[in-house]
Amino acid sequence: MEQPLTKNIITGKTLSLKEYEQAGGYAALRKVLKNNAPQEVQQMVKDSGLKGRGGAGFSTGIKWSFVPMDEDARHPKYLICNADEMEPGTFKDRLLLEGNPHQLLEGMILAAYAIKADISYVFLRWAYRKAAEIMEKSISDAYAAGYLGKNILGTGWNLEMYLHTGVGRYICGEETALLNALEGKRATPRAKPPFPQVSGLYGKPTIVNNVETLCCLPHIINNGAAWFKSLSASEDSGTKLYGVSGKVKRPGVWELPLGTTMREIIEEYAGGMANGYRLKGVLPGGASTDFLTEQHLDIKMDYASVAAAGSRLGTGTMIIMDDATCPIGFVHNLQHFFAQESCGWCTPCREGLPWVEKILLGLEKGKGSTEDIELLQMHTQYLGPGNTYCALAPGAMEPLQSALKYFKDDFVEHIEKHKCPYEV
Amino acid sequence: MREPNFILEQKHSDHAEAMEIRSTNMEKKELLTEIEMRAIDHEVSLVPYKKAAVIEALKIVQKQRRWISDASIDAIANYLEMSAAEVDSVATFYNLIFRKPVGKHVILLCDSISCYVMGYGKIYQALQRQLNIQFGQTTKDDLFTLLPNVCLGCCDHAPAMMIDEDLFEDVKEDQLEKILETYK
Repeated sequence: MEQPLTKNIITGKTLSLKEYEQAGGYAALRKVLKNNAPQEVQQMVKDSGLKGRGGAGFSTGIKWSFVPMDEDARHPKYLICNADEMEPGTFKDRLLLEGNPHQLLEGMILAAYAIKADISYVFLRWAYRKAAEIMEKSISDAYAAGYLGKNILGTGWNLEMYLHTGVGRYICGEETALLNALEGKRATPRAKPPFPQVSGLYGKPTIVNNVETLCCLPHIINNGAAWFKSLSASEDSGTKLYGVSGKVKRPGVWELPLGTTMREIIEEYAGGMANGYRLKGVLPGGASTDFLTEQHLDIKMDYASVAAAGSRLGTGTMIIMDDATCPIGFVHNLQHFFAQESCGWCTPCREGLPWVEKILLGLEKGKGSTEDIELLQMHTQYLGPGNTYCALAPGAMEPLQSALKYFKDDFVEHIEKHKCPYEV
Repeated sequence: MREPNFILEQKHSDHAEAMEIRSTNMEKKELLTEIEMRAIDHEVSLVPYKKAAVIEALKIVQKQRRWISDASIDAIANYLEMSAAEVDSVATFYNLIFRKPVGKHVILLCDSISCYVMGYGKIYQALQRQLNIQFGQTTKDDLFTLLPNVCLGCCDHAPAMMIDEDLFEDVKEDQLEKILETYK
């Protein structure tokens, strides 16, 4: 089994520039700068079938193709790495940032070349202090080696790169909110269109890609689209960093063929449930994905299969809900998070989420009624897709609507017993 | 939240008078230091216009003064040629810009879902007992401020917390006393 993104990563260590080069690093960049026009790189990535690993799962090559590439395209164009990993339960990009920073930088430089960008940013969340230190040094090493700056590898192409560390707020991970944060504004998402590809950072053409997405690029360039497709165990291409957290024997993150089953990841890699606990529910890809349950364990963790089961692959990092954890308490925790992190722009999100949180808290304390369940159902519609500018509220509704579906008995029990039956 | 201060209490006086009071106030209040200005100048040099460096400016000033006071808001606004309200709207949006005084050390305890499942509640209770404060409060000796934080991105080692820039994973209640001791 090939693990291109993590094969050189040793836990607790950071691959230096020299070590990365010795392992074949920056060969893809040299190859492309010598032989290929930017549009050819775009085509290679489109052919590879790479989809965004940040959660939305949109084709990377197609995303790039909307960037104006003609002579009179406005400059500077920007390439931004979204390293604002803040989706609850998600801890995959940290591994790539800390373990093999130059793989990410090479991916970023390749992506920047593909859209003829002039300036690039790593947008890193504040809490990743170690990653910040590592990225700072790696960027400076890449400048010194001639991979960044003026006249890169003697080709006449220039690219500047900066590290930007945030000051909190989950919404910064939303790509247009991220642009506002980079511009020194409140991180409120933007209305689309215009899309960032045409009018992004400072109104200039901009691409925002996730860390894991960018890390795939050197490997696609080196080994080709057919190889990248062959890594997968599904219709999708490549590998995926899957994670498991919660009460399992060995929580962790592993790079596996895209389409590995949920059962294999949870039972073999995470070692199964911790002693004394049974699996009750799984959020397959972060806090804003629908619950799946035991009956879904054999589905493949690829974009289409998880969607067919009624959820989303999201970030691919699963959160396990065990049978000793109250589903209402669990969902309340999620809604508290979303209510707190709403930027406040759209009314349904700003007003609806605190309401949902309050209802859930009442239910958890045994003060709920059957009317509350109807109210929650109603919110899953009113806060669902199409009512807000960004995906925060619809994302928040995913675990709620599926909890109402799969754990209805628990809601009813809280109402009938006037208390939380999980309380010891 | 911007605390009521002298300026805000002048609500009923006319605008010009308020502005005059504000500017007199400004002269008396702290200005940016040489170090702060140099650091902000550098950030300004990297962006198309001054305003775009405001988050960096807030970070720079907070690093020196631990928190952002109304006077700091005014000083930054003045330096970047923005209105104080504009600077404050940005400052109050981001949870890691502190608009109230914080202690010498800031504890960020993750309260997101994986840590919830793994029992962050017990860690919170233990911290409350040991420090005698709740989320949003600072100890009497001004040593620790305790704040909740969203997912710290180490869910395979939950529960997790940060003290200043240090990350603690797989935190257990009985380790807390020792951990806190090292910051005293």
